[in-house]
Amino acid sequence: MIVAEPKPLDAIRQMIAPYSKVLIVGCGTCVTVCGAGGEREVSFLHDKLRLAQAKNPDSIHNYFEYTVKRQCDPEFIDLLDAKTEGVDAIISLACGIGVQAIAEHFPDIPVLPGVNTTFNGMASEYGVWDERCATCGDCCLDETGGICPITRCTKGILNGPCAGPKNGKCEVSKDMDCAWMLIYQRLERLGQMDKMRRYYPARNYQAVPRPRRIVVKSNVAAGEENA
Amino acid sequence: MPNSLFEEKLDSGKFILTTEIGPPKGCDITEMIHHIDILRDKVDAINVTDHQSSVLRYPSLGGCLVVKEHGGEPILQMTCRDRNRLALQADLMFACQRGVHNVLTLTGDSIEVGDHKEAKPVFDIDSVQLIKLIRTLESGFDMGGNEITGVPSFCIGSTVHPEADFIEPQLVKFDKKVSAGAQFFQTQGIFDLSKLRMFVQYASQFPVKILAGIIVLSSARMAKYMNANVPGIMVPQNLIDELAAVEKGKGLAKGKEIAARTIKTIEEEKLCHGVHLMAVGNEGIVPEIIEMARSVSVKA
Ligand code: SF4
Repeated sequence: MIVAEPKPLDAIRQMIAPYSKVLIVGCGTCVTVCGAGGEREVSFLHDKLRLAQAKNPDSIHNYFEYTVKRQCDPEFIDLLDAKTEGVDAIISLACGIGVQAIAEHFPDIPVLPGVNTTFNGMASEYGVWDERCATCGDCCLDETGGICPITRCTKGILNGPCAGPKNGKCEVSKDMDCAWMLIYQRLERLGQMDKMRRYYPARNYQAVPRPRRIVVKSNVAAGEENA
Repeated sequence: MPNSLFEEKLDSGKFILTTEIGPPKGCDITEMIHHIDILRDKVDAINVTDHQSSVLRYPSLGGCLVVKEHGGEPILQMTCRDRNRLALQADLMFACQRGVHNVLTLTGDSIEVGDHKEAKPVFDIDSVQLIKLIRTLESGFDMGGNEITGVPSFCIGSTVHPEADFIEPQLVKFDKKVSAGAQFFQTQGIFDLSKLRMFVQYASQFPVKILAGIIVLSSARMAKYMNANVPGIMVPQNLIDELAAVEKGKGLAKGKEIAARTIKTIEEEKLCHGVHLMAVGNEGIVPEIIEMARSVSVKA
């Protein structure tokens, strides 16, 4: 899932300074799970902004809140049409995709990011998310024991470790496992040392021409299910 | 025909001595020239570091040209951290055309350890792929498969870490570098000769030259600092104790003695094909260490 972190309150207050009627929009998927931008965080942010305003009456705003199921799907964003009457700006607490989807839907309303979208990751323990996928468009996890060197090695190198690891940790942090140590151990365990020894050619960045688009109409259910 | 004077020396079977200089931060190269002048006749080749520890410096390629202008034999250190495959190939063409034919391929330290922490790390290719890339250029084609005119030729080196605490993955990478076309290796800093012996025994099955990396320590504090902060360096406690036991201000003298003693042992025992002396910011003391290595008794 996509993991995000709330922006500092001061940064949000600076962004909304020119606008009086502000709608805070949450998203019911990834950012709800990682506690950055779901219904609960929308209401927290709303409270914090009101409190800050009470302490500093120079800048007065009217806040409204609403959370949609998914900000990355147009059919859910349609539901916002009824909520944006007279709104001067929207703070989206979704990932950068949600922010942009809303901006595309409302060409005349400024849309402001309330979170920093950080990475694609998984919950490794309660309340801890770790990055796992760089969405490189050319997955090689079958070759690397199910551990991604592009994401989990700081340098994203493909032919084994640099000279940096100490005690199995990466040269940039004593708290971060060296991806290549993990890959080696895993391939050894799986009896696939040939994969460790194999030469990996340079990455094909043509697989990631930005921005990317995928068309898979046949595999996606249409209609009520999505409503 | 050897690709360079250095390659000729490597193949001659004599005990090889290389060292390295770090270019200045800025445009005043007076001190670097001074170091080249005092080193060029004492060693077989001089590496010029490539923004070592990810700290911005005058470029290694520029430094190599200065080494050449001043009568030395340069080894171009080339990391994958700051240039994509186009920039690397262009620099290799330039190097070759200007007579720089020795290149040491490195992954490069991570950006985070340096002084431009907000820079974009490149790592478009890695060190093994860089070796392949150079051999591809030598075959008359660039990495995109296009023909090039004026085919370059290089003596290619790389690094290896015999003292890594988990050696097996490092050896796999070493094998890959050899298969890709590396001819010589300058090791990461060696402090424990038993580990070097084990590595050299392993490496002897390959037709490559091994130069043991010797880092000159200047104090117990420096050794501890390097252990904590410099990727891939592990100074053992006994050397830290030896440095700590000397009077204040005598640390560097002790460090020189340790380096000289290590070089001498390696040479006398024919442990490997040569040494690569790293004086990290103290380039001026290298000739003296070489003299000491020729005269000291191995007994410590
Ligand atoms: S220490 Fe391991 S994870 Fe860190 S940069 Fe080197 S190879 Fe990658």
